[in-house]
Amino acid sequence: MVKMTTENNKAKTKISVTNLDFYYSAVQALFDISIDVPAKQVTALIGPSGCGKSTFLRTLNRMNDTIPGTKYDGKIRIDDKDIYAPSTDVVALRKKVGMVFQKSNPFPKSIFDNIAYGPRIHGTKKQSELSEIVEKSLDRSGLWNEVKDRLHKSALKLSGGQQQRLCIARALAVDPEILLMDEPASALDPQATVKIEELIEELRADYTIIIVTHNMQQAARVSGFTAFFYEGKLVEFGETEKLFTKPQKKHTEDYVTGRFG
Amino acid sequence: MKKIVTKEKSIKLIMLLAASTSIFIVLLIFLFLAKEAAPFIFKPGLSELFTARWVPVSFQKESFGILPLVTGSLLVTIIATLIAVPIGVCGAIYISEVATSGERRFLKPFIELLAGIPSVVIGFFGLTVLAPLVKSAFGLQTGLNALTGALLLALMAIPTIVSISEDAIRSVPKSYKEGSLALGASRLETIWKVTTPAALPGIIAASMLGMGRVVGETMAVMMVTGNAAQITASPLESVRTMTATIAAEMGEVPFGSVHYRALFCVGIVLLLLTFTINIIAQRALKKYRDI
Ligand SMILES: Nc1ncnc2c1ncn2[C@@H]1O[C@H](COP(=O)(O)OP(=O)(O)OP(=O)(O)O)[C@@H](O)[C@H]1O
Ligand SMILES: [Mg+2]
Repeated sequence: MVKMTTENNKAKTKISVTNLDFYYSAVQALFDISIDVPAKQVTALIGPSGCGKSTFLRTLNRMNDTIPGTKYDGKIRIDDKDIYAPSTDVVALRKKVGMVFQKSNPFPKSIFDNIAYGPRIHGTKKQSELSEIVEKSLDRSGLWNEVKDRLHKSALKLSGGQQQRLCIARALAVDPEILLMDEPASALDPQATVKIEELIEELRADYTIIIVTHNMQQAARVSGFTAFFYEGKLVEFGETEKLFTKPQKKHTEDYVTGRFG
Repeated sequence: MKKIVTKEKSIKLIMLLAASTSIFIVLLIFLFLAKEAAPFIFKPGLSELFTARWVPVSFQKESFGILPLVTGSLLVTIIATLIAVPIGVCGAIYISEVATSGERRFLKPFIELLAGIPSVVIGFFGLTVLAPLVKSAFGLQTGLNALTGALLLALMAIPTIVSISEDAIRSVPKSYKEGSLALGASRLETIWKVTTPAALPGIIAASMLGMGRVVGETMAVMMVTGNAAQITASPLESVRTMTATIAAEMGEVPFGSVHYRALFCVGIVLLLLTFTINIIAQRALKKYRDI
């Protein structure tokens, strides 16, 4: 299969996937995926339910390793390093590749301890440094003003939208280069969704972001590039505008115009 | 319409009655104990209880100081808890988070089996195996002491602690663990810093239940603690617990005698002790829940 790259070759490749197959025990979930994800851009993954978007996303930080019986084949390189090489330090990989889940999952700890969790794991001990990281991360995720007076209250008392931004802040606190977001706004109301989208826009300049979404408008609004998955295969990948207005494949066109899926 | 309302009301009433039964029974027990114990206040007087000698049968002067019994119970309970809780919690963590499914299939029924062994049988084990071991390990005259009692009680409390803690740990949402792993935490860090703290209310409850079993246990401690009513903080001394005292002496005591009343006083103290443990546990839980 020819590798799908962005026509805009000025964009540097951050993640390079070649011929990736993925299996849950005997069931194959991804088929021969090859894609070059550009650095410091937002790439949206779209496609009908069950087409493998989450599975693909989770291969990029090796979260699938935690599921027994999974197998993969092919190559995934981040900054030209094979992340499935035996020498790969998974801890370092996950520090570099942050993840935000569909359902916000703050720990049942204080706001402060949620954000400080990652840095502490990675060896930051000094309280002053931690405080600084917490403030910076919350500020970055637009939450600082809303929570600065209750940093030591439970994170579970925040609203759904705030919890999701807290999870983004928590991911930012370990200073990642890539952010994987799996339908980060699907459980939120429209206003909270707008906030998340604005935040993604904000973060774009500094991070390579991959976002899974079911919402075509959202993909169109937030992403520079879009990949369309169908039944475990990557059907089309390109600049979002082109993919939505002049799709190359009939399948893509049917999907983005809402004729199926 | 009216009929439905009455029906609902009566169902509600029945449920309320069912729910209050347990409170009612506890109250009844307490009242019964208090009634039997009350005359002690007038003769020989409450202050007698707070003395350091328990000599209920004597040709010269009887003495009903329950302090040695209280300290005996506390010493055994505290040591047993200090042994049982860490082991029980670690066991629960191992079974729920680390063990392979094969190990789990073997370990779980085994631990439940241990929970079902009658305490007399465990007492025999204590008497014939544990006591000689403790004796030779510390070079003592006798292995019948607080430590042997505590070890035996820990053995009895561990299955309870393991199985309830394990339920609590296993019901921690998977999303917490994933959140932690995705930040680069190792499996061990995740267990230690996310899963276990999230399960803490259940773990505390499990420990309290285990402790409840320890405080209330009678047979096994009676067999291995040596039953000397003395005030001591040394685990290697022989002690006598409140439960053992009641069980050993109740059968022979003349009905209505001072000794009889004194034993009921011991019963009340035992009841208050378990209440206190429960209240402390509730407090700990509440404090934890509001972070
Ligand atoms: N843990 C798992 N074990 C076995 N099969 C799985 C597992 N997770 C996903 N699958 C299967 O893999 C396929 C792809 O699932 P995946 O969750 O990646 O889809 P998705 O595109 O993210 O769907 P959605 O939009 O509904 O989230 C599906 O057929 C699914 O049933
Ligand atoms: Mg998904």
